[in-house]
Amino acid sequence: MIITTSKPFSEILSNIKSYKRIFVVGCAACAAKCQTGGEEQVKNMIEELKKENKEVTGFIVLDTPCDMRIVKKDLAKLPEVKRSEALLVLACGGGVQAIEKIVDKPLLPALDPVFVGSIERIGVYNEFCSICGQCIIDSTGGICPVARCAKSLMNGPCGGAVNGKCEVDPELDCAWVLIYNKLNKINKKENIFKVFMEPRKHSKPKKLDNSRKL
Amino acid sequence: MTSKLCQKLKSNEFIITAELFPPKGVDVEDLLRRADLIGSLVDGINVTDNQRASMRLGSLATCRLLKEKGYEPILQMACRDRNRIALQSDLLSAYVLGIENVLIISGDHNSIGEYKDAKPVYDLDSTQLLKAARTLESGVDMAGKKLKGSPRFCLGAVVNPTADPIELQIMMMEKKINAGAVFFQTQPVYDIEQYKIFLEKTKHLNTKIMPGVILLKSAQFIKIMAGLPGVNIPKAAVERIEKAKDPLKEGINICAEMIRELRKCADGVHIMAIGLEEYIPEILEKSK
Ligand code: SF4
Ligand code: SF4
Repeated sequence: MIITTSKPFSEILSNIKSYKRIFVVGCAACAAKCQTGGEEQVKNMIEELKKENKEVTGFIVLDTPCDMRIVKKDLAKLPEVKRSEALLVLACGGGVQAIEKIVDKPLLPALDPVFVGSIERIGVYNEFCSICGQCIIDSTGGICPVARCAKSLMNGPCGGAVNGKCEVDPELDCAWVLIYNKLNKINKKENIFKVFMEPRKHSKPKKLDNSRKL
Repeated sequence: MTSKLCQKLKSNEFIITAELFPPKGVDVEDLLRRADLIGSLVDGINVTDNQRASMRLGSLATCRLLKEKGYEPILQMACRDRNRIALQSDLLSAYVLGIENVLIISGDHNSIGEYKDAKPVYDLDSTQLLKAARTLESGVDMAGKKLKGSPRFCLGAVVNPTADPIELQIMMMEKKINAGAVFFQTQPVYDIEQYKIFLEKTKHLNTKIMPGVILLKSAQFIKIMAGLPGVNIPKAAVERIEKAKDPLKEGINICAEMIRELRKCADGVHIMAIGLEEYIPEILEKSK
């Protein structure tokens, strides 16, 4: 899931200051789960905007704003959208840009996307995968060193871990200690420590063009 | 490999290296003065690479200055700041400037230094960079392109003998040796018994390890050190410094005692005086 945080309202205000009539778009998928762009957050946003004397022309919480088909079907033809000066979008950048393809209005993101997260519970998200394009966690006990080691080290740990915690943050587990313990547990230590892991391919082999036809 | 350090590594002699920090700025007078104090007493001078992710005069330029004075520099190269193009290019540059000793490290993460908002690169890890250096020696680069003249290096890496689980560090050493490392320098060691156990566990690797020793100059300094990654100072040493009338003198004694013990069991020593290099001659004298 795409984890997002809300932009400070002051930043949003400053971004929309030249617009009066605003249409608000929410996201019923990731942003709703993150409690940053669901129905409740959209309604709160509308209240705040009204307090600032903005005219809210309308709102919609799209199932998946990142799907252009949905945008076309549910958003593009709304008359409220047509008479708005700008759209405030409570979704990730993927959502905002899917809307951009369809709607020719100024678009204002209201969220900051931060990472692809695995949910532990509300408010606790783990950055386990940085969608590197070439998954190698078969050899690391299902634990990703690319996303979870602060230095994305592929061949084992640095010397910075203290008591199993990462040098950048004493609260954070050293990914390599986790990998080691896991591989030890499942008797697969040889997996990683005998094998030289090649440098990562930053070229993302599956990227065919900017729209990434897979 | 032809460097003086490389020759010495092949002997059975006790190897002494020390570390110098390039200045933040371009005034190298003080650095060269420190180098003069220790240059003839040690087998190699490590020049750190923007250590602790602070921005400083480059390691490569500084190594060249030391080389011109007749000293034996060890270029530290961190994976933190450069991608594989820049790293390989700098390796070639080092070689043409007469610098063959290279210590390859991943490098302290910038989020603990002065540049928290910088992009950490880590395009290669230290094992991959070791292998890349050996690839350059073979006459091609990582992309498989033929080189016009190939370099030679004496490659080192680091290991933390105080880390837990130690088995993990030893596995890493093995990987680094396979990738091309011929010597190791370590994070500071404070407990000789712990180090002996580590030595026992690494005997089969048949490599040269220069354990780090650090000059603990004051109680305040210990406090700062204790907050840094990978640093684990035992209580006994802390108490000695805290109780001492002259903490610096006590620090020198602790350091010299440590080296004296290491002379009996280790391949060498790597001295980190952190700005107090003028005491290295005294430390070495006392350690005999
Ligand atoms: S290796 Fe890590 S970052 Fe890459 S796809 Fe797999 S889990 Fe994600
Ligand atoms: S301490 Fe562990 S997780 Fe942190 S950078 Fe080093 S190897 Fe990676």
